Formats: sequence, structure tokens, C-alpha cells
Amino acid sequence: MTTTIDKLWRTICGSADLVKDSGISALLANEAGNEEQIAIFHLPNSEEKIYAVGNYDPIGKANVLYRGIVGSIDDEPVVASPLYKQHFSLKTGQCLQEEHRIAVYPIRIENEQVQVFY
Amino acid sequence: MSTDKQLLKKFKVVVVGNGMVGHHFVEEMAQNTDYDITVLSAESRLAYDRVHLSEYFGGKTAEDLAMTTPEHYEELGVNFKTNAKVTAIDKVAKFVSTQSGETYHYDKLVLATGSYPFVPPIPGKDQDHCLVYRTIDDLEDIAASAKVSKVGVVIGGGLLGLEAANAIKQLGLKTHVVEFAPQLMGVQIDGGGGRLLRQKIEDLGVQVHTSKATSVIEKGNTSRYKLCFSDDTELETDLILFSAGIRPYDNLAREFDLAMGERGGIVVNNQCQTSDANIYAIGECALWNNFIFGLVAPGYAMAKVAAKHISGEEGEFTGADMSTKLKLMGVEVGSIGDAHGKTEGSLTYTYENQPEGVYKKIVVSADKKALLGAVLIGDTSEYDTLLQYMLNAIELPESPEGLILPMAADKPTLGVDALPDTATICSCHNVTKGDIIAAIDCGAVDVGQVKSGTKAGSGCGGCAALVKSVADNEFEKRGVEVKKDICEHFAYSRRELFDIISVEKIKTFDELLSAHGRGLGCEICKPVAASVLASVWNDYILKKPHLSLQDTNDTYLGNMQKDGTYSVVPRIAGGEITPDKLIVLGEVAKKYNLYTKITGGARVDLFGARVEQLPPIWKELVDAGFETGHAYGKSLRTVKSCVGSTWCRYGVQDSMTMAIDLEHRYKGLRAPHKIKFGVSGCTRECAEAQGKDIGIIATENGWNLFVGGNGGMKPRHGDLFATDLDDDTLVKYVDRILMFYVQTGDRLQRTSVWMDNLEGGLAYLQDVIMKDSLGINDVLEAQMEAIVGTYQCEWKTTIEDPEALKRFQPFVNSDKGDSNIQFVTEREQIRPARGAEKIAVTLIDTMENEIETADAVAEEA
Repeated sequence: MTTTIDKLWRTICGSADLVKDSGISALLANEAGNEEQIAIFHLPNSEEKIYAVGNYDPIGKANVLYRGIVGSIDDEPVVASPLYKQHFSLKTGQCLQEEHRIAVYPIRIENEQVQVFY
Repeated sequence: MSTDKQLLKKFKVVVVGNGMVGHHFVEEMAQNTDYDITVLSAESRLAYDRVHLSEYFGGKTAEDLAMTTPEHYEELGVNFKTNAKVTAIDKVAKFVSTQSGETYHYDKLVLATGSYPFVPPIPGKDQDHCLVYRTIDDLEDIAASAKVSKVGVVIGGGLLGLEAANAIKQLGLKTHVVEFAPQLMGVQIDGGGGRLLRQKIEDLGVQVHTSKATSVIEKGNTSRYKLCFSDDTELETDLILFSAGIRPYDNLAREFDLAMGERGGIVVNNQCQTSDANIYAIGECALWNNFIFGLVAPGYAMAKVAAKHISGEEGEFTGADMSTKLKLMGVEVGSIGDAHGKTEGSLTYTYENQPEGVYKKIVVSADKKALLGAVLIGDTSEYDTLLQYMLNAIELPESPEGLILPMAADKPTLGVDALPDTATICSCHNVTKGDIIAAIDCGAVDVGQVKSGTKAGSGCGGCAALVKSVADNEFEKRGVEVKKDICEHFAYSRRELFDIISVEKIKTFDELLSAHGRGLGCEICKPVAASVLASVWNDYILKKPHLSLQDTNDTYLGNMQKDGTYSVVPRIAGGEITPDKLIVLGEVAKKYNLYTKITGGARVDLFGARVEQLPPIWKELVDAGFETGHAYGKSLRTVKSCVGSTWCRYGVQDSMTMAIDLEHRYKGLRAPHKIKFGVSGCTRECAEAQGKDIGIIATENGWNLFVGGNGGMKPRHGDLFATDLDDDTLVKYVDRILMFYVQTGDRLQRTSVWMDNLEGGLAYLQDVIMKDSLGINDVLEAQMEAIVGTYQCEWKTTIEDPEALKRFQPFVNSDKGDSNIQFVTEREQIRPARGAEKIAVTLIDTMENEIETADAVAEEA
């Protein structure tokens, strides 16, 4: 089913669509018809300012992570699942409480465009 | 050891009587499962709390007062029989027989028959409406008699007599107390204290007659009876309540030849054995050292000693401290040790403040080093400290009078550190400071666990504050920080953050974080800050700066379900709804194919709404006149009500209007946790108001207000806060209580736990709210007024704001919906598909999916 497609920086939305200290969700679709849901978080007060991780909560088994509250635990930027409150690192995708890891995606803001490398 | 136990296994222990002490014995004895325990009770009920008997008239039921249940005894493996009065003991063959002729063999027999009220031999005492105050059955008789009476007299001005007077006063009778001695409570307090107590009680409308001996009860002129006194005066009354002391229930011992005291009581030794070594007597029927203990704590101590001795352990009853602290008709009274200063050479210090109604006296030894006794009327705040000085023979400070003088600044306080490990903290359950430390050694990590582990504070409850400070002190000593920080980002409790935000006029989380916190915040401190900001400033909670602080439920104004969809709960104040509005709910639910259920809070919950469906659903609801129900918020949920006097044959007030008014008044108020109300139109309590945070029950004269009830995980009945309030006073009190809770409650602390943790408990809250002891009521009311005045329906504001609506798009870059949300049909409605039921699709168009599901449901239907 899956066809290998070269990854590129693709524009998702404008930087004005971001919500400060909160998340939005986006659909990554490529030419091969693969689709993935991601959660994009804008934390202007943190080191990297913008993060993209998988939107699927592997513990709650629902696409909800973009609706979680973001913050920091021991200086690691995290999102707390809105379902059962486990923390996932926005840098590595690692769950801080259980043996789970969610995908992380390279993301940047270029000319007021939010771009993800996929 | 094991052979011993084998031998003991045959042991049959029979307990006669199931009062508080008999029950305590059973609990102690049943800890060892090797014994076959049988309880024989002459009453129709198992043990109940006689100490708090008067609360029966304050709304508590027999079940509330019960200390055990048949199920609990079955769990313990205890055999029991009620209505089984023991009439004979065969000491040789070792069996007892009951009135109905059943016999029970025993190896050890425990008599816990208690006492009965003494009724002086006054001619005319045996007529109708001449009653006593001892059991729940007595209370039922009193209540029945009060219904056809206007005036009531209590004969006896002791501790129990005053409680009885309070009970008939609560029943609405004009109340008198008649005492033979020249003062009230002559056993516990001195003349000076007695004078002040009398003044305070008379201020409450109870007339006190001292130095009166009743010679005969005759037919009355204006009332049912009249009491004729030996000084030729008279008193007219309809109801007579005798409370002239207790007498031990010792007739079994008398008839079957156990050693007795001259004036009654079954003689026991230090192991609580009677003159027959196989028979024990405990509690108020037992005479130890020629003394009968009429308090529950010594009875419990005897029960423990007897249980230990029967199981072959060591233990001795060596007398008990009779100090007592209580509240009589709202008047605080404390008596410690030698209250009358009878010890030779003793000296006294007295402080009296007539305008404020406070009297305090301490009795010290001749060398002024030891405290011997004390009397406290009107203010018992020093009781715990004074009691510890006496019980532990702690040396008094240079000027002992400082202990009772009202100069807060230089008052010598006795730190809990100064107490020896042997100091008794809870005298009901005989828990020492050492026991509390041991409980912490065994792993108790908070005061709640200390209490449940040691039972400390679960008797009369008078020591609760002391238990907490001993435990907290111990936690602090071992570096277990009694942690109040809400999370790693703020070293403050919710209450402290509340003060910071109000005092420094902070309006955003960012300001708060940069001034007082560290890091980026988290899912704990952000919603707390949002809640406090909402309480203090009452901004629309989804205003830009607050948006990221909210839990998803608050952000999307709905409760997130396990599959990421939301529920929709419009407000249906008081559960009252027009047929037209009900039809709108049905139509909306049908159109969007939502699972529909009536909630426990008397409203309608619509489940399965995707984020993108929430705005159109709410637009239709708002257009039809609905507003948000705040089912997602830590805020007022529902006010449950009955139809009240408008429809019901029994209703005495219009509970429906009251419920609707209250719901509209407090809707949207942000609090530490959710808040539920109940309003019942009469004492039948159909709205279950006593299980709500704020419970209101109609009376003939107004409303009774209960605070701190809860169903849920840890059910709790609300405390009766005030009685017979008019509408305005009720709302005023509720305003203040809620605002005080909003300011001082911990994060996610329901009012029930808040009440349990409030130092000083109900009495403290009553002082704050009704007497304005903190001087904050004006502020509390103004804050509530501001919040009520700036209410807005969050859904109405949201659907009118295009910017806010952006959040409800499923994806920033696509109109597709989340393919992981799938439903199947069950009982003609949708439910979330379980893992195996889900169709492995990548993503399908939302609209198509909806139409398909709707069609499928239509076909099935």
C-alpha cells in the first residue's frame, strides 16, 4: 500500500492560525494517499517555540492530543493528554508516565508559514 | 501460642446490651476471630450514637446515628439478637435466658446494660406527656407529644437536662428548665460559670428556675399540667421531661447475686470483672472504686480492658478523666478536672467578661506549678491546651493567668512538641500522641490516614484540631513537608494564589507566572489560575489570554468522552422544562444523531457531538432559549428540587421557585470543584438536599440550610448550618458560604472535604458567616454580587465570535472529520464503537459519514 515519497517541507497553515500556548490539529496527506493527524503546539516562551507530534493518544486511543494543556515538567516541554492526563514530551514524543512514545515531526515557521517536513 | 488459640476457639462471649459501650466492646473483641461473640440487645435497634442524640431533631435520622448495621456485624462474624431482653443468669451452668425463653451458653459474660433515667418519685409523674430523654424511642415520643403541646419543662438542669431543653426548644415549644440545686450543671461547673451559663441560656429564650423542688404534678389551668413547687410557686406546662440523673441498669446483677454498691451499680475490679470472675460489667452499669462514669470515654476504656482481659492480654482500668467540652444550645462549655477547686490549698484565677458572655477560671496547685482544673463558658478555645497541662502534669508558666486572659499576643501557647508521647490526644478512643506517631511510622501519610488508622477524632470529635496539629507537627519533623504547593511551577496553595491574584490585581496567567512562578506551567496550575481569575474578575473564560489555561472541557464547553467527542448539556434550572423546549432537545438530538439520556441532576445529556458539530448544535439550542449548563465546569451544576407547595399535598414552601432562583443566581460561578444544590419543599426531603453541597429544606417557618453534603465517592450528609431562615437571609448566607469556599477551598476540594478540613469545623463556619467573626462578609457579598451581575452564557458568546469558532474546526488545513470516531447502534441509539468494531478506514468525509449513520439508525428504527 505505502509508496515511498520523498519528504519535503510542506506548508500547513499560516502562523496566524497558531494559538499561543495551545494546540491545533492538522492533517498530513501526501501524494501516495497516506494521511496522518498531527498536533501543533505554539509555545513562544520555550526554547524551540513550535512543536509537532502525533495527534493520537496511544493510551486513551483517540485523536485528541492537540486539545491537551501544554506546559513543562522539569523544564521539558510537554502536553498532558486531555483524557487521562499522561504527559508526552514535545521534543521526543516520550510518555513520562508509561512506556509509550508518539511520533515527532520536524516543524518550522518560514515567512509566516508553518511548515512540516514529511 | 497456636495451641492456646485452639483452646480458646471454643470460647463463647455473650454481651448483654448494645449501647455505645457494648458496641465498642464488640468491635474490640471481634478483632480476634477466635471468639464466638453473641450480642443480646433489649432495644429494637443496634447500637447508635447517644452522645449526638439531640441532632435527631436537627434533621439526623436513626440511620445517621447508627454506629453499626446488621451487615457490619455479619461481616465481623458476630451473632446478634435485638428485642432480646436478658432476664436470668445461671452462673453455675453459665448460660443466660431471654424474656422469650431462649438460652445462650457463655464462657465469658459481659454486662453492658447501661443506665436508665432517674425519675424522682413525684406524685403525678406517670401520666401521659411525662417523658424521659434517653433513647431514639424516647425522642419519637417527645416529638409526638410536642405536636400537641405548647409549653415544655425539663426537670433537671444538668448536662443532659440542658440538651433535652435544647431538643424541645427546637421542636418549637416554650421551654423551661427546673433545677433543684441553686445553679445549672452543678457537677461540672462552679457558681460563677453557672451564673453566666444561666444568663446566656435565658437570652436564648429558655427560662431557668433554680432551687425549685417539685412536690406534685397536677392538672393545669392554662396548660395540660402544672408543677407545684415546695415554695408554693407553680409552673404551667403541657409536656414534662425528666432528666434528673441516671441510675445503673443493674437489676440482673441484683437478682442473680453479683456484688453491688450501696446505691446501686455492679462492682468491678481493675479488669472490669464482677464478683463472678466469668462475668464482666462495663460502662454506666459498672461501679468502679465506688464511682459510676456517666461519660462515653471511660466506658470505651472499660470495654477495651475487658476485651483484652478475656483474650489473655494485660490491661487495667484505673479511672478516667471526666473533663468535658461541649456546646449547649450554641453556648460553649468546658469543664476540666477539679472545676470547683476542692483540692486543699488550691488557688484560682478568674476572668469574666459579662458584655461578651465569657467566663474562664483555672484552679492551680498551691505552688502554682500544676493545673488542677478549669471552667470555661462562652469560649472554650483554650480547652485543649489546658487539658494537656493537667493530664500530663506539665509545669505551668510563670503567670498562669496568661493562659485564659484574652491578650492574644503574649499568650503562652503549648506547642504540641511539649507533649509527652503518653499524652492522651483522643480520650474517646484513648489515642495517645505515641499512637499517632506509631501510625505515621506505619506509613500514614496524611491526617486522614492517621485518623482512620487510630480512630482518633472519631468519637465526640472534640480533639480533631489537636489530632491535626500533632500529626502535622510530626510530618514536619520528619521532613515530610506538609505540602501545599499546587505543582512544581508555584510554591503556593490555591488559597494563596487567590490572595495574590486579588491583592496584586493580576489579570493573566503570564503575569502570574512571571511574577510568582517558574517554568511554563502545567495542567494543574493553569486550570487553577483560570478558575481563580474567573472567580475574581469573572471574564469570559475563553478570552484569548485565558484560552490555553482551560481543560479541554472548558475550552470546548462540553465534557470530553472517551472517543474524543463531547456531551451537550443545556441548563434546565430546577429540572423544570416546557414541552416546547423538550421537543427542541429531541429535535436537535435527532438531527445530529446524539445519544440521549436523562442525567442524575434532572436534565438531558446529549452525547456523541464532534467538535465541529458543537457550534451548530448550540446555535440551535441558544436560538430556542437554552443556555449552557456548565456541566463541563468546576462550577454550579444543578439545583435539584421537588415541586414543593405549588403542587404537592405535603409541601410547606415553594421549593421550585427557590430552586430556579438559586440556580440562576449562581450559574457560572467558578469554584474549586463542582457544586450541586438541592431544595426540598418539606421534611420528606424528596430532593435529597442533605446529600448536596448546599442543601435547603423547607420548614413551616422558612428554610433549613445544610452545608457540605455529598453523594459520589465518599457520601456525607450536610451539616445543619442554620434553621428557619427567610428567603433573603438564606440567599445572603449562601452567597457568603459559596464565596468563602471559592476563596479558601483547595484545588478539586468539594465542600464536603472542605468542611471536614476546616479548622474549627461547622462552628467556625457559622461564626464567620453568621457572626462575621473575620469581618469579611461585606466583601464576600460584594464579590458575589459582581459575579452574579456579570454573568454571560459562554455558548452564546462563543457562537457570536467568529474568532472563537475557529477552534471547533477539526483540522487547520482540511474540512475532513476524524475517521477514528465511529459509532454502532445499541438500544436504538448510537454508542462509541469498541476497538474490534471499528472499520479500518483512513479518513472519510464527515458529512457523508454522518448521513450514512443517520440513515442506518433510521432504518433500524
